[in-house]
Amino acid sequence: MDILQILLSESFWAASLRIATPLIFGVLGALLCEKSGVLNLGIEGIFVVGAMAGWMAVWMGAGLWAGVLVAALAGAFFGLIHAILTVPLGLSQHVSGLGITLFATSVSYFSYRTALPQVTSPPRIEPFRPLDLPIVSDLPFVGPVLFQQTALTWLAIGMVAAVWYVLNRTALGVAIKAVGDNPDSVDAQGLSVYGLRIGAVVAGSSLMALGGAFLTMSAFDAFFFGMVNGRGWICIALVIFASWRPGKALLGALLFGAFDALQVRLQTEVGAFVPSQVFLAAPYVLSIIALVIAARSADYPRALLKPWFKGQR
Amino acid sequence: MTAEKVLALAGLSKTFGTVVANSNVSLDLFRGEVLALLGENGAGKTTLMNMLFGHYMPDSGSIEIADKSGVLRPLQLGHPQAAIAAGIGMVHQHFTLAENVDALDNIMLGAEPLLKVRRDKPAARDKVHRIMASSGLSAPLDVPVGRLTVGERQRVEILKALYRDVNVLVLDEPTAVLTPQEADMLFENIGAMTRDGLSVIFISHKLREVLAFSHRIAVLRHGEKVGEIATKDADERRIARMMVGADTPEARREARAPGAPIIQLEKVSVPGRSRRDSLDRVDLAVREGEILGIAGISGNGQVALAGVISGTVRPTAGTVSIQGTRITRFEPAAMIAARVGRIPEDRHRDGIVGAMSVAENLVIERLGDAEVQRRGMLRRDAILSHAKRLCREFDVRGPGSQAAARLLSGGNIQKLILARVFEQQPKLILANQPTRGLDMGAAAEVARRLLEARSRGAGVVLISEDLDEILTLADRVMVIHDGELKEADSRDREALGLLMAGEAA
Amino acid sequence: MIRIEPRPAPSRVLKFGVPLLSAVIALLLAAIPLSLAGAEIGPAYVEMFKGVFGTRFAFSEMLTRATPLIFTGLAAALAFRARLWNIGAEGQLYLGAMAAVAVGAGAVDAPAVILLPLIVLCGCAAGATGMAVPAYLKTRFGADEVVTTLLLNFVILIFVQYMLEGPLKDPMGLGWPQSSPILDQGMLPPLMDRMRVHSGLIVALACTAVAQFLLARSVWGFKLRAVGENSAAAHHAGIGVKRTLLGVAVVSGALAGMAGVSEVAGLKGYLTSDLSPGFGYTGIVVAMLAGLSPAGVVAAALFIASVFVGADSMSRAMGVSSFLADLVVSTSLLCVLVGGFFARFRLVRTAVRAGPAG
Repeated sequence: MDILQILLSESFWAASLRIATPLIFGVLGALLCEKSGVLNLGIEGIFVVGAMAGWMAVWMGAGLWAGVLVAALAGAFFGLIHAILTVPLGLSQHVSGLGITLFATSVSYFSYRTALPQVTSPPRIEPFRPLDLPIVSDLPFVGPVLFQQTALTWLAIGMVAAVWYVLNRTALGVAIKAVGDNPDSVDAQGLSVYGLRIGAVVAGSSLMALGGAFLTMSAFDAFFFGMVNGRGWICIALVIFASWRPGKALLGALLFGAFDALQVRLQTEVGAFVPSQVFLAAPYVLSIIALVIAARSADYPRALLKPWFKGQR
Repeated sequence: MTAEKVLALAGLSKTFGTVVANSNVSLDLFRGEVLALLGENGAGKTTLMNMLFGHYMPDSGSIEIADKSGVLRPLQLGHPQAAIAAGIGMVHQHFTLAENVDALDNIMLGAEPLLKVRRDKPAARDKVHRIMASSGLSAPLDVPVGRLTVGERQRVEILKALYRDVNVLVLDEPTAVLTPQEADMLFENIGAMTRDGLSVIFISHKLREVLAFSHRIAVLRHGEKVGEIATKDADERRIARMMVGADTPEARREARAPGAPIIQLEKVSVPGRSRRDSLDRVDLAVREGEILGIAGISGNGQVALAGVISGTVRPTAGTVSIQGTRITRFEPAAMIAARVGRIPEDRHRDGIVGAMSVAENLVIERLGDAEVQRRGMLRRDAILSHAKRLCREFDVRGPGSQAAARLLSGGNIQKLILARVFEQQPKLILANQPTRGLDMGAAAEVARRLLEARSRGAGVVLISEDLDEILTLADRVMVIHDGELKEADSRDREALGLLMAGEAA
Repeated sequence: MIRIEPRPAPSRVLKFGVPLLSAVIALLLAAIPLSLAGAEIGPAYVEMFKGVFGTRFAFSEMLTRATPLIFTGLAAALAFRARLWNIGAEGQLYLGAMAAVAVGAGAVDAPAVILLPLIVLCGCAAGATGMAVPAYLKTRFGADEVVTTLLLNFVILIFVQYMLEGPLKDPMGLGWPQSSPILDQGMLPPLMDRMRVHSGLIVALACTAVAQFLLARSVWGFKLRAVGENSAAAHHAGIGVKRTLLGVAVVSGALAGMAGVSEVAGLKGYLTSDLSPGFGYTGIVVAMLAGLSPAGVVAAALFIASVFVGADSMSRAMGVSSFLADLVVSTSLLCVLVGGFFARFRLVRTAVRAGPAG
């Protein structure tokens, strides 16, 4: 079997889209934070907390969408901590972000262990089901690819459009871009630098948490330790690759999903000759390569990582 | 002029830590008036205006501003939004523009509700066009601000203020970045605006433009208002004395025949993101005992030129030779080894490591010297006594040689850099905007040191936006514009101004 | 209104007080999750204390735990001082451990005087390589080292798994993915009878002293500090910024690699893919608690190790999840961050509103 055959199969594209979904949420979230001038390395931990909180809510009896909301709120909460530390207090965004990742992860693991002290196999929930859309599902090729996706994937794609619209068509978007370029421009016009940045970080963080929620509520049906497995860091690399544009972020996540889906399929073909670890490591190596390629021309938001204090210029 | 008062500042005071920035300053402004706020750097002009605009909270004092019906009402202090609502607009010396969005978006920023879904850009555009027509200010509205020229950006800043229907417009050193011709045009526009009832305060330390374009002059010194005078009664000597408190001696330049060439640049090119931060086949030569002044509006290739001479930028074409030896390694260390002393433009960013001590900053360029280290270990006592000696010699004042360099004042940081540079008896000195932001005393010290180096036989490349500084110090003047360097045949302001604007004189 | 104002020079009291206070606050905050987990708070703290100071053995266990943390803490502290964000100590630790078993588990048969230094050297070299690559990608291509080092951690761990299933697999290991044990003469000698604490601790303390001395007294330390505090000015002053960064990367990676050597050649004897419970990441917390000073790293590592060992024993006695330790550690990082803010700035109340005051 050759690669062409894989590329033409419906299941391959369905898998690509599924793998891309959490990354789409994550990249969008990171993009929103960074556009306002704040790097959010809390992303990895916020993924974990989103995965845990959403799953836990459903497991305790809430509906699936209520679970999604809980995940988003949990993400917003940890995002708020990061925002307070890095925006009004102006602390190192690197260190604070890593601190949030450690904190959110340990809170999640501790809560999970405390709620379920003695489980050997993780309990399961009834996850989101693939969405059957009346007309689209009947289309050839496209239908089956899209038919296999859950509502959260559709939400992710909708979020790409929403974030694009906000950034490019609304006054709020102009203000977010401006505060990430030159906070004084916003301050001089009587807008709050702190308010905009905190808002962007909180909103971005809840998007990241949705990426985590997708893992436990759609891709799988249970919560495992270590299930996020670096997806957050991959998103940070993808944002640079996407040069901070929502459309390119979607494209980057899809490309990434496609590569990942491809390697799984190649693995079954050539698994006898190539150790499976090569495929396991591929996503991370791929992200590093993407980062190295994109780094040269990366047009970072000018105020990224730079703290701004009111009344000091 | 009508005597209708639109603004009254009363008894404003502000201290930062132990530094008194403003002390009991009172000031009135009338409708349609152009008031010049004059003072040396550090006299407290900008602080005063930042209090007016709500960026700083005064320690004491009050501000009253006329409302629509002309009645003076107290202004809520410390809130930029209250100032904007009361009709105060401010154009900062450092532009407050977002470079990644276009001018119209910058102008509309904050003037419309953030959460409104549909933006009315056409209406905003119409309004901006009307303001452009009545004031004579014009700028492209649909290009990201990052691609505009400095003059265009400044007009966007002013349009931004006018868009908010201001009654009082504050301009902080508006001509610092303009050619003389651009500056004249700006004041013409200001004239048009004041005829429509706008009142303008402009901050400056250039006596010439203050005398030419203001109605009234208020002078600040050490944070206090030391005088107020109608422009028609003022002359240069009188206000200069008010500013400084005493006459300052002019820097004296003795005649001296230049010697052998020290540095030669031949057809040197540096690519940049735009014409303005690149160099295009530049020729330059400086001889012993000669000060070459490079005039020009900032952002015309000075950064690239200074980069080549300080070793931080590698040219893509052309040759650079120092004392006849062709430079092949464009690294700061190579330039230091070739005895080039460099006074960087941004002294906080490139000149000092703020968190390290004064003593360490004084030896940072010569870490290999036997006086500084032995077998890779720092000689701490030697470094400290070296620092004490230099600080005495160059009058660097501050909390001591072991204190962090960032704790020094701007003038003392510059003296630290001067000490580091001149101690090495450099053959060539690159002085990039060496007096920017310094008070007159410190600036005079810089000029004295440069002239001293000249009489010792060193060559000096003096890059400055301050035409007066260049005309006082330089033996020869070149003008940089759009990455090209041209020899100025005359020292006539008008002709230099045209060259700076890129028009053949 | 409240305004932020920088303190002219942070006082000594604050410099030492802030980390100390942060550690205490983080420990006290642990009462919240403890009570949520249904444990009695007082006895829980007593158990934790006893778990560290109760017996000589408990205390030696704490020292054992602190040893790798001193290495990774130093790795992070030196790199961060140069503003080189080495978040990859975890991966570098595994590289060091892998190199140690590669040469020490029978490949080279030599007396201890040769084998032991060889193991250390190879481990450090492997760790150094692990950091040199991202540092090169940063200086050459501008690729953000935070992301590359983070991602490399995953790549390296997968590589370790591959090696443990393949070339390095112990043929006598009953099929478990683990390496052959390091030869007896290649092991770091223990410090006390019947205790696990080993001479890796002495090496760690020696490294700390050297690092502290070089940072303050050497030209290399001068360059490192200058590059970290203001790389533009350092570059302008003729300091080779890229060279300095690469040098720091090599030293930082070597220290992290040494953590791996010390774990595998001092404690475990053989390599498994769960050798480190996140020592690399915890090293960042150690470095931050230490205020990025090498000497502080020792104190911070002892504190963090106490939290882990104490929480472990408390967890066994009270049935509370041992993730509590991670919670305390991450909280202490956030606390020290906030504390650092108050050490550098003070909040000034500006009570004056409108109108002249007096």
